[in-house]
Amino acid sequence: MSFWDSIEEGVTHELGAHHFSAREILDFASKYDPQRFHLDPDLAKKTTFGGHCASGWHTTAAYMKLNVAWRKKVLKAWLADGNPMPNFGPSPGIKNIRWTRPVYAGDTITYHHRITQKRESKSKPGWGIIGFGVEATNQDGISVMTFDGAAFIATSE
Amino acid sequence: MSKYVLEDFTDGRVFELDPYEVTKDEIIEFASEWDPQPFHLDEEAGKASLLGGLSASGWHLCGMMMRMICDTYLLDSTSQGSAGVDYIDWKTPIRPGDTLTGTSTVLSSRASAKKPHLGLVTIRTEVSNQRGETAAVCEHLLLCLTRKGYEEGAAA
Repeated sequence: MSFWDSIEEGVTHELGAHHFSAREILDFASKYDPQRFHLDPDLAKKTTFGGHCASGWHTTAAYMKLNVAWRKKVLKAWLADGNPMPNFGPSPGIKNIRWTRPVYAGDTITYHHRITQKRESKSKPGWGIIGFGVEATNQDGISVMTFDGAAFIATSE
Repeated sequence: MSKYVLEDFTDGRVFELDPYEVTKDEIIEFASEWDPQPFHLDEEAGKASLLGGLSASGWHLCGMMMRMICDTYLLDSTSQGSAGVDYIDWKTPIRPGDTLTGTSTVLSSRASAKKPHLGLVTIRTEVSNQRGETAAVCEHLLLCLTRKGYEEGAAA
């Protein structure tokens, strides 16, 4: 069985959690999204967000960090069972990102993804595409972000 | 200087984005922290991959695009954040030494029915490399103040 064959539609995986410190929110935002509600805790209180909050791109980046770490763990178990190394490709894009609630300094966000689709690529022989839905929730169980992603994975080793 | 409000985002208005220089160090630094896949970290691994060479994480490209948007018009606006992104397509790998340019085009705008001081603007941003190849296309949703909301002192 190839790694591709082992992927099951409809299954949800918990990827882990990321703590958003004020320092990290500030560091990320000063490079990529220097809007004042991401940079200045005092000013942020006076905005519609009501507090210092992370860039939405910081929330997506933390998803990727956890996703890569989770996949590494899955892969380790896969290889330990004597299976061949699968080949992962890039992602063609994402859809429907919704930042539904702010991620505030001090929040811990847990990420899940659910495999929603699995199909062979028409344009790249030997490759398949998986579709998945991502949800991020805060420590109170409130959803803060959802999006639909996709990624290429080789269909045989 | 008065800031961009909802009424300034007229249908079809185009903002030419400030250029962004992509360095190898920045590609590796971002990937090490947020997307440590081999093709974003190492030249040889990149060559062996579908990307054909060391390439920036797509999430890094989102960040670079966001910075271009901030520097060009968002920091001069009454932005209240974003409700989301309808789609982003990553079309061409981003390499060390690339110079990104792009445009943001206003597709539509409307005042919020529930919160009349707020408006919602749909924008399409396209980013290209120095060879004119489209690197990414994105439709995103900006929340900002209406002129009335801004003049009445809602936090901008």
